[in-house]
Amino acid sequence: MRPEVVGRRQPSPGLLRRAEAWARAVLPTLCAMLAMVVAGGPTGVAALVPAVTLPQVVFWSIFRPGAMPAAAVFLLGLLQDLLTLAPLGTGVLTLLVAHGLALASRRVLARQSFLAVWLAFCVFAAGAAALGYLLTALMALALPPPAPAIYQAALTAGLYPAFAFLLGRLHAMMLRAEEAE
Amino acid sequence: MIRLSIPLRQALSRLSLPVMIAAAFGTMLLGKADAMLAERARTVLADLLSPFYAAFAEPARAVRGVVADLPELLAIREENARLREENERLRRWQAAALALESENALLRRQLAFIPEAAPSFQTARVVSDAGGVYARAVLIATPPEITVRRGQIALDERGFVGRVTEVGRRSARVLLATDMNSRIPVTLEGSRGRAMMVGTNGPRPRLQHWSEGIRPAEGERLVTSAEGVSFPAGLPVGVVRWSESGVPEVDMFARLGQLDLVRLFDFGLGGILPPEAIARPEPRPRR
Repeated sequence: MRPEVVGRRQPSPGLLRRAEAWARAVLPTLCAMLAMVVAGGPTGVAALVPAVTLPQVVFWSIFRPGAMPAAAVFLLGLLQDLLTLAPLGTGVLTLLVAHGLALASRRVLARQSFLAVWLAFCVFAAGAAALGYLLTALMALALPPPAPAIYQAALTAGLYPAFAFLLGRLHAMMLRAEEAE
Repeated sequence: MIRLSIPLRQALSRLSLPVMIAAAFGTMLLGKADAMLAERARTVLADLLSPFYAAFAEPARAVRGVVADLPELLAIREENARLREENERLRRWQAAALALESENALLRRQLAFIPEAAPSFQTARVVSDAGGVYARAVLIATPPEITVRRGQIALDERGFVGRVTEVGRRSARVLLATDMNSRIPVTLEGSRGRAMMVGTNGPRPRLQHWSEGIRPAEGERLVTSAEGVSFPAGLPVGVVRWSESGVPEVDMFARLGQLDLVRLFDFGLGGILPPEAIARPEPRPRR
């Protein structure tokens, strides 16, 4: 939703402009999907897919919630579950919970420095790994070894700065494009 | 696009998260109820993604190849050292082969050749550079049980070095071919022309007095000449290099700047021996 300019009638959106806005809306989701598919390729690191998903979902949920609606999070979660061979639905639920929490805390977090956001994200990563572990245990009715979950949390937290840098660039570019309109 | 009123849209957006969470639970239950569903979905996804991964495989293989090449690159240094050492050995063989080849050519020209006796040699350590009356000479340590004669010829592992000029009880002095007082009769290996190699105290001795009608060619190999009966024929000396000022010089095979061991050959030749050094001091006890 663009802010209304007072005193001037907004020009009716042309086809090109509408396509552009639409592209901006779906770009984060597509980027996330691409990153997941690449990470889920024959690289051999199973924890990489959730580790590239969570930073993107949380980043967009905090800084640009319009670009990461709940339905997109659902789709990403489903893709993650299919790519990681996790029990179906665990990744979906984990990502949705993280998304909801990020949305709830975005008014505080969006104004913080990068370091503070990273620290908060570390909590998110740990929580997501714990929730995923818990759900997997519930689904299988047995305790899986905890080491992969810890490893995944560390990997996720460690990957956040790289994603924050790239997505921050993207976000700034989008803001500039919107101002130019 | 369906036009919705703003409150309705807000309500929908607020509702979407709980609805999605409920759907997630639904998915979990569905996955639990029908285990084959997830497998089928994964198969479909894998089918969809396989062309993508196939396109990715080529660059991935390239990257993996580069990574695999890295240890090889690191080993190149070692390989280099090995090759240099091998080159050294091969150069020696090349010298031997070229000498044999020219000897062969000579023999073919005149059969019933009287072969030369294999020379005997001793290897001695170079203990100091220069000293004595010559500018370019080295002192070599010789154990007392080895008898060194004046006029013996010194070679390093690559080629001609010089001639023994003074002999003490435990040492001998070798006049290097680069010394100003050095005159070595040489043969141009290709054209069989004779010339004199004259030291200049510089790193490259000059060629002088070559036979008329023959011009030393750039890069031509020089070997010692038996003329004057001071040297045996065919010891490798160096190659001809024309200097910028148009003077033929000799790029010595031997590394006269860093001599450490020399081989002293006794070919049993006398020829013209240098005179005893003038006012040579009596051998001191410390020598």
